[in-house]
Amino acid sequence: MPASAPHRWWSAYGGYVLGFASLFVIWHLASRYLVSSVLFPPPSVVFAKALTLLRSGVLLEHLWASIQRILAGFIAGSLLGIPIGLAMGSFRPVRKLLEPYTEFLRFIPSVAMITVAVIWFGIGEASKIFLIIYTTIFIVIINTAAGVSAIAPNKIRAAQALGATRTQIFFHVALPATVPYILTGMRLAMANSFTTIVAAELIAANEGLGKMLWDGRMFMLVDDIFVSLVTLGLLGFAVDRMFRWSIYTFAGKYSPAT
Amino acid sequence: MPLVSFRDVQKIYRSLQGVDYPAVEHFDVDIEAGEFFCLLGPSGCGKTTVLKMLAGFEAPTTGEIVMQGRPVTGASRERGVVFQGDDSLYGWLTAVENVEFGLRMRGMARSERRRRAMRFLDLVGLTGQEQKYPAELSGGMKQRIQIARALVNEPTMLLMDEPFAALDAQTRSLMQAELAAIWRATRTTVLFITHDIDEAVTLGTRIGVMRAGPRSQVKGVIDVALDGARSRTDDVFLKYYRQVYEMIRDEVAASLARAR
Repeated sequence: MPASAPHRWWSAYGGYVLGFASLFVIWHLASRYLVSSVLFPPPSVVFAKALTLLRSGVLLEHLWASIQRILAGFIAGSLLGIPIGLAMGSFRPVRKLLEPYTEFLRFIPSVAMITVAVIWFGIGEASKIFLIIYTTIFIVIINTAAGVSAIAPNKIRAAQALGATRTQIFFHVALPATVPYILTGMRLAMANSFTTIVAAELIAANEGLGKMLWDGRMFMLVDDIFVSLVTLGLLGFAVDRMFRWSIYTFAGKYSPAT
Repeated sequence: MPLVSFRDVQKIYRSLQGVDYPAVEHFDVDIEAGEFFCLLGPSGCGKTTVLKMLAGFEAPTTGEIVMQGRPVTGASRERGVVFQGDDSLYGWLTAVENVEFGLRMRGMARSERRRRAMRFLDLVGLTGQEQKYPAELSGGMKQRIQIARALVNEPTMLLMDEPFAALDAQTRSLMQAELAAIWRATRTTVLFITHDIDEAVTLGTRIGVMRAGPRSQVKGVIDVALDGARSRTDDVFLKYYRQVYEMIRDEVAASLARAR
């Protein structure tokens, strides 16, 4: 007997619905009966506040500012990182030459670079985008290079025996075989971008979800802080789902196993 | 003139510690056009080394390999290769796209290469599976894709490196029968590497038995005067089996003694 549509929907997403529901129930119980303080508002208060901020446009303004920065830096960082990673994975001299950079810089966290970024680029958009590029690029480079060196030698040999040239092997074998690794690197970089943007906006920004947190602290707007936190969580979750979904839909066949 | 001549070929591998290992030495063999040459030997005897050198993936340390009067200097589409495992297939391409790969690299028009690829998929019994990805196919089917991918490229010669070794016994036996039928239909020259006497006698028109390594070479070559489909229960089949077995027995013992 084929499963009905609602049944299938429930078995696919039911766990999520229950998981999220339990999160809010526990939050509610904790803030009402366990802590019971204005410093820990229950979800109902936070959602009411979120609605107010949505209507006034303040929340969207902050949200959009953060999203724009993440997207600009993430796309630029990936576009720079992928070719560098491919070159490092393909050519030993390039790897030797660039490894000092990647191996040195990736251990300096982007949060530590905030001060330098602000000194160099001011508190405007440029410093934020620089930081997101910085946090994206190394993880994309390292994953891409690892993907290139993980290609089974027989894939290359088969192409040679089928008459492919070096250039053809690069574009038709090495590049597609590396796609799953590139996407994995980008997904990890996206998570890093969230951390970095909040930290950067906390320190120096005129708008953004991090700025919202900072203002909340300054003016004791506890509800605003929680609205920002919940927005960050939901945004991160949504973006990661979109990433996983696009990996699955567009590149599900690029399975690294084969 | 033979199609391929190995002339006093030697291959030395150097380990990371700098120790030299001579895999094959004084390796001489001629392969005639149109024959199905099985190279049989105990594990670790350098069979695959021989195939890699003829394919052009590795160069001999000394000696030379000559094909149609020209020395082999690198991989070429004159020599199609079927690998033992499935890691040579392109997981992001469908079965038919994998088969078309060589034709696409040559710049052949899409409709023409699709037509040819479908003909060879049919030849290896994969009609109806052409839109599936390798991950969706069984081990036997993946080896069929490899065979079709090599053959559609019209190589002068087909090199097969234990292509059925990873398959279960039933599938292997079926694939052997199908390969024999394909070979009788196409008469492409084949160098077939195997450690399985039964497989060599089932498929080969000549069987070269290799000594145990290191410094492996051809111990002797047996002509198999069997035509058409072969049966494991025929007296003649058993006669060849025994002849090959007696030749290889000491080499397997030597190979095992060294491994211990």
